[in-house]
Amino acid sequence: MFAELLQYMLSGLTIGAIYALAGLGFSIIYNASHVINFAQGEFIMVGGMASATLTASGVPLPLAILIGCGGAMLVGVLVAKFAVERARNASTVTLIIITIGASIFLRGVAELIWGKDFKRLDAFSGETPIQILGASMQPQSLWVVGTAGVLIVAIGLFFNKTLTGKAILATSHNRLAAQLVGIDVKRVVLASFALSAALGAIGGAVVAPITFSYTEMGIMLGLKGFTAAVLGGLGHGPGAVAGGLIVGVAEALGAGYISSAYKDAVAFVIILAVLLFMPNGLFGKRGTERV
Amino acid sequence: MNALLHGRLTGLLALGAVIAILPAFLPNNFYLDIAILAGFNAVVCVGLNLLIGYAGQISLGHAGFFGIGAYASGVLVGTYGWPPVLALLAGAAFVGLMAFLVAKPILRLKGHYLAMATLGIGIIVSIVLRTESGLTGGPDGMMVEPFRIFGVELYGEKVWYWVVGVLLLGVVWLSLNLIDSPMGRALRAVHGSEVAAEVVGVDTARFKVLVFVLSAVFASVAGSLFAHYAGLITPAKADFFKSIELVTMVVFGGMASTFGAVVGAVVLTLLPQALTVFQDYQQIVLGGILMATMVFMPKGLLPTLAALIPARRRA
Repeated sequence: MFAELLQYMLSGLTIGAIYALAGLGFSIIYNASHVINFAQGEFIMVGGMASATLTASGVPLPLAILIGCGGAMLVGVLVAKFAVERARNASTVTLIIITIGASIFLRGVAELIWGKDFKRLDAFSGETPIQILGASMQPQSLWVVGTAGVLIVAIGLFFNKTLTGKAILATSHNRLAAQLVGIDVKRVVLASFALSAALGAIGGAVVAPITFSYTEMGIMLGLKGFTAAVLGGLGHGPGAVAGGLIVGVAEALGAGYISSAYKDAVAFVIILAVLLFMPNGLFGKRGTERV
Repeated sequence: MNALLHGRLTGLLALGAVIAILPAFLPNNFYLDIAILAGFNAVVCVGLNLLIGYAGQISLGHAGFFGIGAYASGVLVGTYGWPPVLALLAGAAFVGLMAFLVAKPILRLKGHYLAMATLGIGIIVSIVLRTESGLTGGPDGMMVEPFRIFGVELYGEKVWYWVVGVLLLGVVWLSLNLIDSPMGRALRAVHGSEVAAEVVGVDTARFKVLVFVLSAVFASVAGSLFAHYAGLITPAKADFFKSIELVTMVVFGGMASTFGAVVGAVVLTLLPQALTVFQDYQQIVLGGILMATMVFMPKGLLPTLAALIPARRRA
């Protein structure tokens, strides 16, 4: 009974860590540019596919992840520069369509490069399950949770301790004021896309041994990441992380105790319920609107 | 083109004329079939355009309403033997009620939160359709009986073309009247600045709810008729990608332009057919076109073209 619950919690936290990274990616980009980047899932896919295919052709794993990460960052910067930046003053809906266009485009390119098959990436440190209080856990889960934890702490430090991080935060608070004190807001937008892409790609690489990699792997992961970001309150970094973990655990519990067929619906039922009572998410600020 | 955008009656007549003479140029049923699909999409888009273009609210879940209409017809007529008209009305009533119930709390949400909520509804609907296979046939979909009314069976592309054509004209007429009514002006005020609209006494919430319900009902009716026409429906017709496709059609054609929504629906229904020649590059071309149009014509196709015309006249 307890072991079963623990088992669901562990698998929920594993996938929740990936949602948290994706949600954080959404939040960072949203803060810097007020864009909901629906191509966030594709960054995860690029990371997963690149590391799986590169290791298969003999590249050492760390290098493969690094290349995937760099590739995703490049893609992120290109999307920001050639699509988002040019449509600066467009409406919310237009910007959403642009990023959706980018995600379709990226999936198309990925299919062309890697094909439609599932790609396998070996677990980083073997597949002997670890036994904890009657529940068993894949070592890869530790990699996922550990990597996500390190990245989240690093992001926190980056925003609070470094000048670039503070510049991004300043831009998210007030774009014009940031520009006035000499922050290059265009570069901030590019940096935020690169950062989100890196988070996504690394997440994709560590989760690939569990989920397999395929060109459409980013769709659901991206949407759940968006759910996580909204659940925590859009633009609220720690909120997005909490949102991701909540969604992941709830999903695992729902799949275990209710119905595995409705696993993917759990996240969306939660978000609807939360939005009905807390229109700004769990940790979001109540907004006032200027006329 | 300006007449298309601004003259209520001339635009409607022009659309009617296009619908009337189009079959003469379509060589066979394959093209007629595409025209019918474009018509169904256009009906949904005209409704969605009211919501996106005039109320300034985005829905990423309208395919869910289309799907509920389609499956209401499929299940009620096929499994329970209801008359098709009754099933269509029941589906529309159910969708209307559901939209009303979710609209009140959800339309308080702004911008991205509303996108999230409607996205959630759409995905939940498509997962239910996929999973409850006892009722819906699961991922493979279900066969749907033909549409019968007063003992006459609607059959074949030629008949359905006129059914969809008349339906589209009706929906466009309704939508144009709505936009020119006091409510339409109120809606535009909501789009311009919701706070300002509220201050001058517009009951913004009521208008937004009404438009949301109306656009959902349009989608449901189109879904019901589509199910009868196609004879087979699958959950894919209700999923996230279909919702995105619908929003894209509206935005591509031109937000806040009823005829723009029609043009967007027609062009983007044709596009994948045309893109099949690109085979492996299909997604790349589609994604590229989406991005490029939105970057270079953020107002959409029809308003951008319309803006070109007076400029040339002046020159």
